[in-house]
Amino acid sequence: MAKESMKGTGLWTTLAVPIMVWTVLPLLWMLSLSLKSADTLADPDSAYFGNFWPKEPTLDNYRLIFTGGASDLFMPALRNSLIVCVVATFISVVLAMFCAYAISRLEFRGKKMILTTALAVSFFPVVAMVTPLFEVWSKTGLFDTIPGLVIPYLALTLPLSIWTMSAFFQQIPWEMEQAAQVDGASSWQAFRKVIIPLATPGVFTTAIITFFTAWNDFVFAISLTSDQARTVPAALAFFTGASQFEQPTGAIMAASVVVTIPVVILVLIFQRRIVAGLTSGAVKG
Amino acid sequence: MSTVTDSPKTPTTKGGKPRLSDRAKAEQRLGWKLAMPAFVVMLLVTAYPILQAVWNSFFNYRLTDPANKEFVGLNNYIVSFSDSVFWSAMWATVIITIITVVVELVLGFIIALVMHRIVLPRRTLRTVVLIPYSIITVVSGFTWLFMYQTDTGFVNRWTNWIPGVSDNYDWFGSFWPSIFVICLSEIWKTTPFMSLLLLAGLAQVDSSMEEAAKVDGASWVQVLYKVILPNMKPAIMVALLFRTLDAFRIFDNIFIMTGGANGTNSLSGLIYRQTIDRTEIGLGSALSVILFLCVLVIAAVFVRGFKVDLTQGRN
Repeated sequence: MAKESMKGTGLWTTLAVPIMVWTVLPLLWMLSLSLKSADTLADPDSAYFGNFWPKEPTLDNYRLIFTGGASDLFMPALRNSLIVCVVATFISVVLAMFCAYAISRLEFRGKKMILTTALAVSFFPVVAMVTPLFEVWSKTGLFDTIPGLVIPYLALTLPLSIWTMSAFFQQIPWEMEQAAQVDGASSWQAFRKVIIPLATPGVFTTAIITFFTAWNDFVFAISLTSDQARTVPAALAFFTGASQFEQPTGAIMAASVVVTIPVVILVLIFQRRIVAGLTSGAVKG
Repeated sequence: MSTVTDSPKTPTTKGGKPRLSDRAKAEQRLGWKLAMPAFVVMLLVTAYPILQAVWNSFFNYRLTDPANKEFVGLNNYIVSFSDSVFWSAMWATVIITIITVVVELVLGFIIALVMHRIVLPRRTLRTVVLIPYSIITVVSGFTWLFMYQTDTGFVNRWTNWIPGVSDNYDWFGSFWPSIFVICLSEIWKTTPFMSLLLLAGLAQVDSSMEEAAKVDGASWVQVLYKVILPNMKPAIMVALLFRTLDAFRIFDNIFIMTGGANGTNSLSGLIYRQTIDRTEIGLGSALSVILFLCVLVIAAVFVRGFKVDLTQGRN
Protein backbone atom coordinates (compact mmCIF):
# COMPACT_ATOMS: atom_id res chain seq x y z
CA MET A 1 0.00 0.00 0.00
CA ALA A 2 2.58 2.51 1.17
CA LYS A 3 4.91 1.74 -1.71
CA GLU A 4 2.12 2.12 -4.24
CA SER A 5 0.97 5.45 -2.89
CA MET A 6 4.55 6.74 -2.96
CA LYS A 7 4.82 5.78 -6.60
CA GLY A 8 1.45 7.46 -7.23
CA THR A 9 2.55 10.68 -5.57
CA GLY A 10 5.47 11.08 -7.98
CA LEU A 11 3.23 10.42 -10.98
CA TRP A 12 0.64 13.02 -10.00
CA THR A 13 3.26 15.61 -9.12
CA THR A 14 4.88 15.08 -12.52
CA LEU A 15 1.52 15.53 -14.23
CA ALA A 16 0.93 18.75 -12.32
CA VAL A 17 3.93 20.38 -14.01
CA PRO A 18 2.48 20.64 -17.56
CA ILE A 19 -0.86 21.74 -16.12
CA MET A 20 0.77 24.59 -14.26
CA VAL A 21 2.90 25.58 -17.25
CA TRP A 22 -0.22 25.64 -19.47
CA THR A 23 -1.95 27.90 -16.97
CA VAL A 24 0.93 30.21 -16.16
CA LEU A 25 2.53 30.67 -19.60
CA PRO A 26 -0.16 33.06 -20.95
CA LEU A 27 0.06 35.05 -17.71
CA LEU A 28 3.82 35.43 -18.09
CA TRP A 29 3.32 36.41 -21.72
CA MET A 30 0.86 39.09 -20.65
CA LEU A 31 3.41 40.47 -18.22
CA SER A 32 6.21 40.19 -20.75
CA LEU A 33 4.34 42.17 -23.42
CA SER A 34 3.43 44.86 -20.93
CA LEU A 35 7.15 45.33 -20.21
CA LYS A 36 8.21 45.57 -23.86
CA SER A 37 8.68 48.89 -25.54
CA ALA A 38 6.71 49.44 -28.73
CA ASP A 39 9.73 49.25 -31.05
CA THR A 40 10.97 45.93 -29.67
CA LEU A 41 7.63 44.08 -29.90
CA ALA A 42 8.42 42.43 -33.19
CA ASP A 43 12.17 42.24 -32.71
CA PRO A 44 13.23 38.81 -31.49
CA ASP A 45 16.84 40.03 -31.10
CA SER A 46 15.83 42.24 -28.19
CA ALA A 47 14.09 39.39 -26.35
CA TYR A 48 15.02 36.09 -24.76
CA PHE A 49 13.52 32.68 -25.56
CA GLY A 50 12.44 33.43 -29.14
CA ASN A 51 10.70 36.76 -28.63
CA PHE A 52 9.24 35.77 -25.25
CA TRP A 53 10.82 37.84 -22.49
CA PRO A 54 12.22 41.38 -23.10
CA LYS A 55 15.96 41.88 -22.54
CA GLU A 56 15.32 45.44 -21.40
CA PRO A 57 11.99 45.60 -19.54
CA THR A 58 10.42 49.03 -19.39
CA LEU A 59 7.48 50.50 -17.50
CA ASP A 60 6.60 52.86 -20.37
CA ASN A 61 3.33 51.08 -21.06
CA TYR A 62 2.20 51.53 -17.47
CA ARG A 63 3.06 55.23 -17.67
CA LEU A 64 1.06 55.40 -20.89
CA ILE A 65 -2.13 54.04 -19.31
CA PHE A 66 -1.88 55.86 -15.97
CA THR A 67 -0.55 59.28 -16.92
CA GLY A 68 0.14 59.22 -20.65
CA GLY A 69 -1.94 59.25 -23.82
CA ALA A 70 -4.03 56.18 -22.99
CA SER A 71 -5.01 57.39 -19.53
CA ASP A 72 -8.02 59.31 -20.92
CA LEU A 73 -9.38 55.97 -22.04
CA PHE A 74 -8.18 53.67 -19.29
CA MET A 75 -8.75 55.61 -16.07
CA PRO A 76 -12.44 56.45 -16.68
CA ALA A 77 -12.98 52.86 -17.84
CA LEU A 78 -11.43 51.52 -14.66
CA ARG A 79 -13.66 53.81 -12.61
CA ASN A 80 -16.77 52.81 -14.62
CA SER A 81 -15.95 49.12 -14.28
CA LEU A 82 -15.56 49.42 -10.53
CA ILE A 83 -18.77 51.43 -10.06
CA VAL A 84 -20.92 49.28 -12.35
CA CYS A 85 -19.65 45.97 -11.01
CA VAL A 86 -19.78 46.95 -7.34
CA VAL A 87 -23.30 48.37 -7.66
CA ALA A 88 -24.60 45.40 -9.66
CA THR A 89 -22.97 42.96 -7.26
CA PHE A 90 -24.33 44.79 -4.23
CA ILE A 91 -27.93 44.89 -5.52
CA SER A 92 -27.82 41.23 -6.58
CA VAL A 93 -26.29 39.99 -3.36
CA VAL A 94 -28.74 41.89 -1.16
CA LEU A 95 -31.79 40.72 -3.13
CA ALA A 96 -30.43 37.18 -3.41
CA MET A 97 -29.67 37.04 0.29
CA PHE A 98 -33.34 37.30 1.24
CA CYS A 99 -34.37 35.01 -1.59
CA ALA A 100 -31.81 32.34 -0.74
CA TYR A 101 -32.72 32.50 2.93
CA ALA A 102 -36.37 31.88 2.07
CA ILE A 103 -35.47 29.05 -0.29
CA SER A 104 -33.17 27.21 2.07
CA ARG A 105 -35.07 27.86 5.26
CA LEU A 106 -38.78 28.35 4.72
CA GLU A 107 -41.49 26.13 3.35
CA PHE A 108 -43.39 27.84 0.58
CA ARG A 109 -44.83 26.91 -2.76
CA GLY A 110 -42.78 27.74 -5.83
CA LYS A 111 -39.30 27.67 -4.39
CA LYS A 112 -38.21 25.04 -6.88
CA MET A 113 -39.68 27.22 -9.60
CA ILE A 114 -37.55 30.16 -8.43
CA LEU A 115 -34.40 28.05 -8.56
CA THR A 116 -35.30 26.64 -11.96
CA THR A 117 -36.02 30.14 -13.28
CA ALA A 118 -32.69 31.40 -11.91
CA LEU A 119 -30.95 28.56 -13.71
CA ALA A 120 -32.84 29.18 -16.95
CA VAL A 121 -31.97 32.88 -16.78
CA SER A 122 -28.30 32.08 -16.24
CA PHE A 123 -28.36 30.05 -19.46
CA PHE A 124 -29.92 32.96 -21.24
CA PRO A 125 -27.84 34.13 -24.23
CA VAL A 126 -27.08 37.68 -23.13
CA VAL A 127 -26.56 38.85 -26.70
CA ALA A 128 -30.26 38.21 -27.25
CA MET A 129 -30.91 41.01 -24.75
CA VAL A 130 -28.65 43.45 -26.52
CA THR A 131 -30.95 44.23 -29.45
CA PRO A 132 -34.07 45.14 -27.43
CA LEU A 133 -32.03 46.96 -24.77
CA PHE A 134 -30.10 48.91 -27.39
CA GLU A 135 -33.37 50.08 -28.91
CA VAL A 136 -35.03 51.02 -25.60
CA TRP A 137 -31.86 52.55 -24.12
CA SER A 138 -31.36 54.71 -27.22
CA LYS A 139 -34.89 56.06 -26.85
CA THR A 140 -34.86 56.58 -23.08
CA GLY A 141 -31.41 58.06 -22.66
CA LEU A 142 -30.08 55.14 -20.69
CA PHE A 143 -27.61 54.39 -23.46
CA ASP A 144 -24.02 54.99 -22.36
CA THR A 145 -24.90 55.58 -18.70
CA ILE A 146 -23.94 53.73 -15.53
CA PRO A 147 -27.55 52.67 -14.71
CA GLY A 148 -27.90 51.55 -18.32
CA LEU A 149 -25.20 48.97 -17.62
CA VAL A 150 -26.17 48.09 -14.06
CA ILE A 151 -29.67 47.01 -15.09
CA PRO A 152 -28.62 44.42 -17.69
CA TYR A 153 -25.78 43.29 -15.39
CA LEU A 154 -28.45 42.23 -12.91
CA ALA A 155 -29.53 39.65 -15.46
CA LEU A 156 -26.01 38.20 -15.26
CA THR A 157 -25.47 38.51 -11.55
CA LEU A 158 -28.84 37.91 -9.92
CA PRO A 159 -29.44 34.30 -11.00
CA LEU A 160 -25.86 33.41 -10.13
CA SER A 161 -26.22 35.01 -6.69
CA ILE A 162 -29.52 33.27 -5.95
CA TRP A 163 -28.23 29.90 -7.06
CA THR A 164 -24.84 30.09 -5.32
CA MET A 165 -26.11 31.59 -2.11
CA SER A 166 -28.96 29.06 -1.82
CA ALA A 167 -26.33 26.34 -2.03
CA PHE A 168 -24.27 27.97 0.73
CA PHE A 169 -27.27 28.61 2.95
CA GLN A 170 -28.32 24.99 2.80
CA GLN A 171 -25.09 24.02 4.55
CA ILE A 172 -25.68 26.35 7.48
CA PRO A 173 -26.50 24.69 10.82
CA TRP A 174 -30.06 25.94 11.10
CA GLU A 175 -30.57 24.44 14.56
CA MET A 176 -28.97 27.61 15.87
CA GLU A 177 -31.84 29.60 14.45
CA GLN A 178 -34.40 27.25 15.93
CA ALA A 179 -32.64 27.57 19.27
CA ALA A 180 -32.94 31.34 19.00
CA GLN A 181 -36.61 31.04 18.13
CA VAL A 182 -37.18 28.75 21.09
CA ASP A 183 -35.60 31.44 23.23
CA GLY A 184 -38.27 33.84 21.99
CA ALA A 185 -36.71 35.48 18.95
CA SER A 186 -38.94 36.13 15.94
CA SER A 187 -38.02 34.83 12.49
CA TRP A 188 -36.66 38.26 11.62
CA GLN A 189 -34.64 38.56 14.82
CA ALA A 190 -33.27 35.08 14.35
CA PHE A 191 -32.32 35.99 10.81
CA ARG A 192 -30.55 39.16 11.86
CA LYS A 193 -28.79 38.00 15.02
CA VAL A 194 -28.01 34.37 14.28
CA ILE A 195 -28.14 33.68 10.59
CA ILE A 196 -26.35 36.72 9.21
CA PRO A 197 -23.13 35.99 11.15
CA LEU A 198 -23.32 32.34 10.08
CA ALA A 199 -24.12 33.26 6.51
CA THR A 200 -21.51 35.98 6.01
CA PRO A 201 -18.84 33.68 4.47
CA GLY A 202 -21.35 32.39 1.92
CA VAL A 203 -22.56 35.89 1.14
CA PHE A 204 -19.01 37.12 0.77
CA THR A 205 -18.01 34.28 -1.56
CA THR A 206 -21.15 34.78 -3.62
CA ALA A 207 -20.23 38.44 -3.91
CA ILE A 208 -16.76 37.55 -5.23
CA ILE A 209 -18.09 35.12 -7.83
CA THR A 210 -20.80 37.58 -8.84
CA PHE A 211 -18.28 40.38 -9.11
CA PHE A 212 -16.04 38.26 -11.37
CA THR A 213 -18.97 37.64 -13.70
CA ALA A 214 -19.84 41.32 -13.95
CA TRP A 215 -16.15 42.27 -14.27
CA ASN A 216 -15.82 39.86 -17.19
CA ASP A 217 -18.76 41.18 -19.21
CA PHE A 218 -17.96 42.41 -22.69
CA VAL A 219 -21.22 41.98 -24.61
CA PHE A 220 -23.25 44.60 -22.75
CA ALA A 221 -20.27 46.86 -22.23
CA ILE A 222 -19.48 47.14 -25.92
CA SER A 223 -23.09 47.32 -27.11
CA LEU A 224 -24.69 49.67 -24.61
CA THR A 225 -21.93 52.21 -24.04
CA SER A 226 -20.05 54.67 -26.18
CA ASP A 227 -17.43 56.76 -24.39
CA GLN A 228 -19.05 57.89 -21.13
CA ALA A 229 -19.81 54.63 -19.37
CA ARG A 230 -17.37 52.33 -21.15
CA THR A 231 -15.90 49.65 -18.88
CA VAL A 232 -12.42 48.12 -19.01
CA PRO A 233 -13.12 45.11 -21.27
CA ALA A 234 -14.78 47.38 -23.83
CA ALA A 235 -12.12 50.07 -23.49
CA LEU A 236 -9.37 47.50 -24.19
CA ALA A 237 -10.93 46.88 -27.57
CA PHE A 238 -10.61 50.59 -28.40
CA PHE A 239 -7.04 51.15 -27.26
CA THR A 240 -4.64 52.93 -29.53
CA GLY A 241 -0.90 53.35 -29.24
CA ALA A 242 1.03 56.42 -28.09
CA SER A 243 0.75 57.70 -31.64
CA GLN A 244 -1.55 56.42 -34.33
CA PHE A 245 1.38 54.70 -36.01
CA GLU A 246 2.28 52.77 -32.90
CA GLN A 247 0.73 49.47 -31.97
CA PRO A 248 -1.35 49.53 -28.76
CA THR A 249 -0.16 46.01 -27.87
CA GLY A 250 1.94 47.04 -24.87
CA ALA A 251 -0.69 49.42 -23.50
CA ILE A 252 -3.44 46.80 -23.81
CA MET A 253 -1.33 44.26 -21.97
CA ALA A 254 -0.31 46.73 -19.27
CA ALA A 255 -3.98 47.55 -18.69
CA SER A 256 -4.72 43.82 -18.70
CA VAL A 257 -2.11 43.20 -16.03
CA VAL A 258 -3.53 46.04 -13.93
CA VAL A 259 -7.08 44.67 -14.02
CA THR A 260 -5.88 41.08 -13.57
CA ILE A 261 -3.77 41.58 -10.44
CA PRO A 262 -6.68 42.35 -8.05
CA VAL A 263 -8.76 39.37 -9.18
CA VAL A 264 -5.76 37.05 -9.01
CA ILE A 265 -5.10 38.23 -5.45
CA LEU A 266 -8.74 37.47 -4.60
CA VAL A 267 -8.30 33.99 -6.07
CA LEU A 268 -5.07 33.42 -4.14
CA ILE A 269 -6.68 34.39 -0.83
CA PHE A 270 -10.12 32.86 -1.23
CA GLN A 271 -9.32 29.85 -3.42
CA ARG A 272 -11.07 27.30 -1.22
CA ARG A 273 -14.22 29.32 -0.84
CA ILE A 274 -14.46 30.20 -4.51
CA VAL A 275 -14.12 26.52 -5.44
CA ALA A 276 -16.82 25.63 -2.94
CA GLY A 277 -19.06 28.36 -4.31
CA LEU A 278 -18.58 27.45 -7.96
CA THR A 279 -19.16 23.75 -7.47
CA SER A 280 -21.86 23.69 -4.83
CA GLY A 281 -23.94 25.87 -7.09
CA ALA A 282 -23.85 23.27 -9.81
CA VAL A 283 -23.25 19.88 -8.27
CA LYS A 284 -24.81 18.43 -5.20
CA GLY A 285 -22.16 18.82 -2.56
CA MET B 1 -44.49 31.97 -14.69
CA SER B 2 -45.76 34.68 -12.43
CA THR B 3 -48.68 32.66 -11.15
CA VAL B 4 -47.49 31.42 -7.85
CA THR B 5 -50.34 29.10 -7.01
CA ASP B 6 -50.01 27.07 -10.20
CA SER B 7 -46.45 26.03 -9.54
CA PRO B 8 -46.15 22.40 -8.51
CA LYS B 9 -45.61 21.88 -4.83
CA THR B 10 -42.47 19.94 -4.31
CA PRO B 11 -42.91 17.19 -1.78
CA THR B 12 -40.47 17.77 0.99
CA THR B 13 -39.65 16.19 4.28
CA LYS B 14 -41.31 18.91 6.27
CA GLY B 15 -44.72 20.48 5.82
CA GLY B 16 -46.21 17.65 3.82
CA LYS B 17 -49.57 18.00 5.53
CA PRO B 18 -52.52 18.52 3.21
CA ARG B 19 -54.04 21.40 5.18
CA LEU B 20 -51.87 24.33 6.07
CA SER B 21 -51.86 25.56 9.63
CA ASP B 22 -51.78 29.29 10.38
CA ARG B 23 -48.09 29.03 11.10
CA ALA B 24 -47.45 27.32 7.79
CA LYS B 25 -49.49 29.98 6.01
CA ALA B 26 -47.45 32.70 7.68
CA GLU B 27 -44.31 30.88 6.57
CA GLN B 28 -45.62 30.77 3.01
CA ARG B 29 -46.23 34.50 3.07
CA LEU B 30 -42.87 35.29 4.62
CA GLY B 31 -41.17 33.01 2.10
CA TRP B 32 -42.69 34.87 -0.82
CA LYS B 33 -42.08 38.26 0.72
CA LEU B 34 -38.39 37.48 1.02
CA ALA B 35 -38.03 35.77 -2.33
CA MET B 36 -40.27 38.08 -4.35
CA PRO B 37 -37.98 41.10 -4.91
CA ALA B 38 -35.13 39.02 -6.34
CA PHE B 39 -37.50 36.94 -8.43
CA VAL B 40 -39.38 39.91 -9.85
CA VAL B 41 -36.23 41.87 -10.70
CA MET B 42 -34.73 38.79 -12.33
CA LEU B 43 -37.82 38.32 -14.51
CA LEU B 44 -38.05 42.02 -15.35
CA VAL B 45 -34.47 42.33 -16.57
CA THR B 46 -34.64 39.19 -18.71
CA ALA B 47 -38.25 38.44 -19.65
CA TYR B 48 -38.97 41.98 -20.75
CA PRO B 49 -36.06 42.20 -23.24
CA ILE B 50 -36.78 38.80 -24.75
CA LEU B 51 -40.49 39.64 -25.19
CA GLN B 52 -39.49 42.94 -26.75
CA ALA B 53 -37.14 41.03 -29.06
CA VAL B 54 -39.93 38.63 -30.08
CA TRP B 55 -42.20 41.59 -30.84
CA ASN B 56 -39.54 43.52 -32.79
CA SER B 57 -38.60 40.45 -34.79
CA PHE B 58 -41.87 40.73 -36.72
CA PHE B 59 -41.03 44.21 -37.97
CA ASN B 60 -38.80 45.65 -40.60
CA TYR B 61 -37.24 48.21 -38.32
CA ARG B 62 -34.06 50.23 -38.52
CA LEU B 63 -33.24 52.43 -35.56
CA THR B 64 -31.99 55.15 -37.89
CA ASP B 65 -35.26 55.08 -39.80
CA PRO B 66 -38.06 54.55 -37.22
CA ALA B 67 -40.72 56.19 -39.42
CA ASN B 68 -40.62 53.26 -41.82
CA LYS B 69 -41.18 50.57 -39.17
CA GLU B 70 -43.54 48.08 -40.78
CA PHE B 71 -44.96 44.70 -39.88
CA VAL B 72 -43.40 41.98 -42.02
CA GLY B 73 -44.53 38.83 -40.24
CA LEU B 74 -41.97 36.06 -40.37
CA ASN B 75 -39.95 37.75 -43.08
CA ASN B 76 -36.95 38.44 -40.82
CA TYR B 77 -36.79 34.74 -39.96
CA ILE B 78 -37.04 33.76 -43.61
CA VAL B 79 -34.28 36.22 -44.47
CA SER B 80 -32.12 34.81 -41.68
CA PHE B 81 -32.59 31.18 -42.61
CA SER B 82 -32.03 31.77 -46.32
CA ASP B 83 -28.86 33.80 -45.82
CA SER B 84 -25.53 32.03 -46.07
CA VAL B 85 -24.09 34.45 -43.50
CA PHE B 86 -26.44 32.98 -40.91
CA TRP B 87 -25.45 29.41 -41.71
CA SER B 88 -21.77 30.33 -41.70
CA ALA B 89 -22.20 31.82 -38.20
CA MET B 90 -24.17 28.77 -37.10
CA TRP B 91 -21.42 26.48 -38.45
CA ALA B 92 -18.65 28.42 -36.68
CA THR B 93 -20.64 28.43 -33.43
CA VAL B 94 -21.34 24.69 -33.57
CA ILE B 95 -17.73 23.85 -34.49
CA ILE B 96 -16.31 25.97 -31.68
CA THR B 97 -18.83 24.56 -29.21
CA ILE B 98 -18.01 20.94 -30.10
CA ILE B 99 -14.23 21.40 -30.12
CA THR B 100 -14.05 23.36 -26.87
CA VAL B 101 -16.49 21.19 -24.95
CA VAL B 102 -14.86 17.91 -26.00
CA VAL B 103 -11.32 19.13 -25.33
CA GLU B 104 -12.34 20.71 -22.05
CA LEU B 105 -14.08 17.54 -20.92
CA VAL B 106 -10.94 15.47 -21.50
CA LEU B 107 -8.48 18.09 -20.27
CA GLY B 108 -10.75 19.09 -17.41
CA PHE B 109 -11.06 15.47 -16.33
CA ILE B 110 -7.30 14.95 -16.37
CA ILE B 111 -6.77 18.13 -14.36
CA ALA B 112 -9.54 17.12 -11.94
CA LEU B 113 -7.96 13.69 -11.52
CA VAL B 114 -4.55 15.22 -10.79
CA MET B 115 -6.07 17.70 -8.35
CA HIS B 116 -7.94 14.85 -6.68
CA ARG B 117 -4.95 12.53 -6.29
CA ILE B 118 -2.02 14.89 -5.92
CA VAL B 119 -0.42 15.12 -2.49
CA LEU B 120 2.47 17.49 -2.66
CA PRO B 121 1.67 20.86 -4.25
CA ARG B 122 -2.04 20.25 -3.63
CA ARG B 123 -3.13 23.73 -2.58
CA THR B 124 -0.79 25.47 -5.00
CA LEU B 125 -2.10 23.41 -7.91
CA ARG B 126 -5.71 24.14 -7.04
CA THR B 127 -5.00 27.85 -6.77
CA VAL B 128 -3.00 28.03 -10.00
CA VAL B 129 -5.62 26.08 -11.94
CA LEU B 130 -8.32 28.48 -10.77
CA ILE B 131 -6.54 31.64 -11.98
CA PRO B 132 -7.72 31.65 -15.63
CA TYR B 133 -11.31 31.50 -14.40
CA SER B 134 -10.86 34.96 -12.91
CA ILE B 135 -9.21 36.51 -15.98
CA ILE B 136 -11.40 38.71 -18.17
CA THR B 137 -12.21 36.85 -21.40
CA VAL B 138 -11.20 39.88 -23.47
CA VAL B 139 -7.80 39.88 -21.74
CA SER B 140 -7.39 36.19 -22.48
CA GLY B 141 -8.37 36.86 -26.09
CA PHE B 142 -5.75 39.58 -26.50
CA THR B 143 -3.07 37.51 -24.79
CA TRP B 144 -3.59 34.54 -27.12
CA LEU B 145 -3.98 36.84 -30.13
CA PHE B 146 -0.62 38.52 -29.49
CA MET B 147 0.91 35.13 -28.80
CA TYR B 148 -0.02 33.85 -32.26
CA GLN B 149 0.49 37.06 -34.23
CA THR B 150 3.36 36.66 -36.63
CA ASP B 151 5.19 39.87 -35.75
CA THR B 152 4.68 40.30 -31.98
CA GLY B 153 4.13 36.67 -31.05
CA PHE B 154 6.42 33.88 -30.01
CA VAL B 155 4.46 30.81 -31.05
CA ASN B 156 5.76 30.79 -34.61
CA ARG B 157 9.33 31.06 -33.33
CA TRP B 158 8.80 28.20 -30.91
CA THR B 159 7.03 25.89 -33.31
CA ASN B 160 8.75 26.55 -36.64
CA TRP B 161 10.25 23.05 -36.52
CA ILE B 162 6.74 21.64 -37.09
CA PRO B 163 6.12 20.97 -40.80
CA GLY B 164 3.75 23.60 -42.20
CA VAL B 165 4.57 26.22 -39.57
CA SER B 166 7.12 28.79 -40.62
CA ASP B 167 8.23 32.02 -38.97
CA ASN B 168 5.60 33.97 -40.85
CA TYR B 169 2.73 31.50 -40.92
CA ASP B 170 -0.45 33.58 -40.56
CA TRP B 171 -2.71 31.92 -37.98
CA PHE B 172 -5.49 34.40 -38.62
CA GLY B 173 -5.41 34.16 -42.39
CA SER B 174 -7.94 31.37 -42.81
CA PHE B 175 -10.81 29.58 -41.09
CA TRP B 176 -9.33 26.55 -39.35
CA PRO B 177 -6.17 28.11 -37.85
CA SER B 178 -8.28 31.04 -36.61
CA ILE B 179 -10.78 28.64 -35.04
CA PHE B 180 -7.85 26.75 -33.49
CA VAL B 181 -6.49 29.83 -31.71
CA ILE B 182 -9.97 31.05 -30.70
CA CYS B 183 -10.64 27.63 -29.18
CA LEU B 184 -7.29 27.68 -27.35
CA SER B 185 -8.13 30.94 -25.62
CA GLU B 186 -11.64 29.73 -24.82
CA ILE B 187 -10.30 26.43 -23.47
CA TRP B 188 -7.61 28.13 -21.38
CA LYS B 189 -10.14 30.46 -19.81
CA THR B 190 -12.98 28.01 -19.11
CA THR B 191 -11.33 24.64 -18.39
CA PRO B 192 -10.88 25.58 -14.69
CA PHE B 193 -14.64 25.76 -14.25
CA MET B 194 -15.09 22.41 -15.99
CA SER B 195 -12.39 20.71 -13.94
CA LEU B 196 -13.77 22.07 -10.68
CA LEU B 197 -17.20 20.64 -11.46
CA LEU B 198 -15.58 17.31 -12.37
CA LEU B 199 -13.44 17.43 -9.22
CA ALA B 200 -16.60 17.80 -7.15
CA GLY B 201 -17.95 14.74 -8.98
CA LEU B 202 -14.74 12.78 -8.35
CA ALA B 203 -14.93 13.55 -4.65
CA GLN B 204 -18.32 11.82 -4.55
CA VAL B 205 -17.01 8.54 -5.95
CA ASP B 206 -16.75 6.04 -3.12
CA SER B 207 -13.05 5.17 -2.86
CA SER B 208 -13.84 1.78 -1.31
CA MET B 209 -15.44 0.78 -4.62
CA GLU B 210 -12.22 1.64 -6.41
CA GLU B 211 -10.23 -0.38 -3.86
CA ALA B 212 -12.59 -3.32 -4.22
CA ALA B 213 -12.22 -3.25 -8.00
CA LYS B 214 -8.43 -3.14 -7.67
CA VAL B 215 -8.47 -6.06 -5.26
CA ASP B 216 -10.51 -7.98 -7.81
CA GLY B 217 -7.69 -7.39 -10.28
CA ALA B 218 -9.12 -4.58 -12.38
CA SER B 219 -6.63 -2.49 -14.31
CA TRP B 220 -6.74 1.30 -13.87
CA VAL B 221 -8.42 1.63 -17.24
CA GLN B 222 -11.16 -0.74 -16.06
CA VAL B 223 -11.48 1.11 -12.76
CA LEU B 224 -11.82 4.36 -14.70
CA TYR B 225 -14.48 3.13 -17.11
CA LYS B 226 -16.38 0.74 -14.84
CA VAL B 227 -16.23 2.51 -11.48
CA ILE B 228 -15.17 6.15 -11.63
CA LEU B 229 -16.90 7.43 -14.76
CA PRO B 230 -20.31 5.76 -14.17
CA ASN B 231 -20.39 7.13 -10.63
CA MET B 232 -19.49 10.59 -11.90
CA LYS B 233 -22.11 10.66 -14.59
CA PRO B 234 -24.35 13.29 -12.97
CA ALA B 235 -21.40 15.65 -12.43
CA ILE B 236 -20.17 15.11 -16.00
CA MET B 237 -23.59 15.82 -17.47
CA VAL B 238 -24.02 19.00 -15.43
CA ALA B 239 -20.54 20.19 -16.43
CA LEU B 240 -21.27 19.41 -20.09
CA LEU B 241 -24.58 21.26 -20.00
CA PHE B 242 -23.09 24.35 -18.37
CA ARG B 243 -20.17 24.50 -20.75
CA THR B 244 -22.14 23.69 -23.92
CA LEU B 245 -24.58 26.52 -23.31
CA ASP B 246 -21.74 28.83 -22.39
CA ALA B 247 -19.68 27.93 -25.46
CA PHE B 248 -22.70 28.35 -27.74
CA ARG B 249 -22.89 31.99 -26.69
CA ILE B 250 -19.24 32.69 -27.62
CA PHE B 251 -18.62 36.31 -28.53
CA ASP B 252 -15.69 37.98 -26.75
CA ASN B 253 -12.80 35.88 -28.07
CA ILE B 254 -13.97 36.06 -31.67
CA PHE B 255 -14.58 39.80 -31.50
CA ILE B 256 -11.06 40.39 -30.18
CA MET B 257 -9.14 37.89 -32.30
CA THR B 258 -10.66 37.92 -35.76
CA GLY B 259 -13.60 40.30 -35.60
CA GLY B 260 -15.48 37.55 -37.41
CA ALA B 261 -13.15 37.45 -40.42
CA ASN B 262 -12.77 34.31 -42.56
CA GLY B 263 -16.16 32.94 -41.56
CA THR B 264 -15.30 32.80 -37.87
CA ASN B 265 -18.21 34.97 -36.74
CA SER B 266 -20.52 33.30 -34.25
CA LEU B 267 -24.28 33.71 -33.89
CA SER B 268 -23.71 36.18 -31.06
CA GLY B 269 -21.27 38.10 -33.24
CA LEU B 270 -23.79 38.20 -36.07
CA ILE B 271 -26.47 39.59 -33.75
CA TYR B 272 -24.05 42.26 -32.57
CA ARG B 273 -23.20 43.21 -36.13
CA GLN B 274 -26.85 43.44 -37.23
CA THR B 275 -27.95 45.39 -34.18
CA ILE B 276 -25.09 47.70 -33.30
CA ASP B 277 -23.24 48.20 -36.58
CA ARG B 278 -26.23 48.16 -38.91
CA THR B 279 -29.00 49.14 -36.42
CA GLU B 280 -31.27 46.54 -38.03
CA ILE B 281 -33.38 46.03 -34.91
CA GLY B 282 -35.91 43.79 -36.67
CA LEU B 283 -33.40 41.38 -38.15
CA GLY B 284 -31.20 41.47 -35.03
CA SER B 285 -34.22 40.62 -32.90
CA ALA B 286 -35.13 37.67 -35.12
CA LEU B 287 -31.56 36.37 -34.80
CA SER B 288 -31.71 36.87 -31.03
CA VAL B 289 -34.90 34.83 -30.83
CA ILE B 290 -33.29 32.11 -32.95
CA LEU B 291 -30.23 32.01 -30.64
CA PHE B 292 -32.52 31.90 -27.62
CA LEU B 293 -34.45 28.98 -29.11
CA CYS B 294 -31.18 27.15 -29.90
CA VAL B 295 -30.13 27.47 -26.27
CA LEU B 296 -33.55 26.24 -25.13
CA VAL B 297 -33.27 23.22 -27.44
CA ILE B 298 -29.78 22.36 -26.17
CA ALA B 299 -30.95 22.66 -22.55
CA ALA B 300 -34.02 20.55 -23.27
CA VAL B 301 -31.93 17.85 -24.96
CA PHE B 302 -29.68 17.65 -21.91
CA VAL B 303 -32.42 17.79 -19.30
CA ARG B 304 -34.87 15.45 -21.07
CA GLY B 305 -32.54 13.35 -23.20
CA PHE B 306 -29.73 12.80 -20.74
CA LYS B 307 -31.89 13.13 -17.62
CA VAL B 308 -29.76 15.82 -16.06
CA ASP B 309 -31.32 16.80 -12.78
CA LEU B 310 -30.02 20.27 -12.07
CA THR B 311 -32.00 20.80 -8.92
CA GLN B 312 -30.83 17.60 -7.33
CA GLY B 313 -30.34 17.98 -3.65
CA ARG B 314 -32.49 21.08 -3.59
CA ASN B 315 -35.83 21.09 -1.95
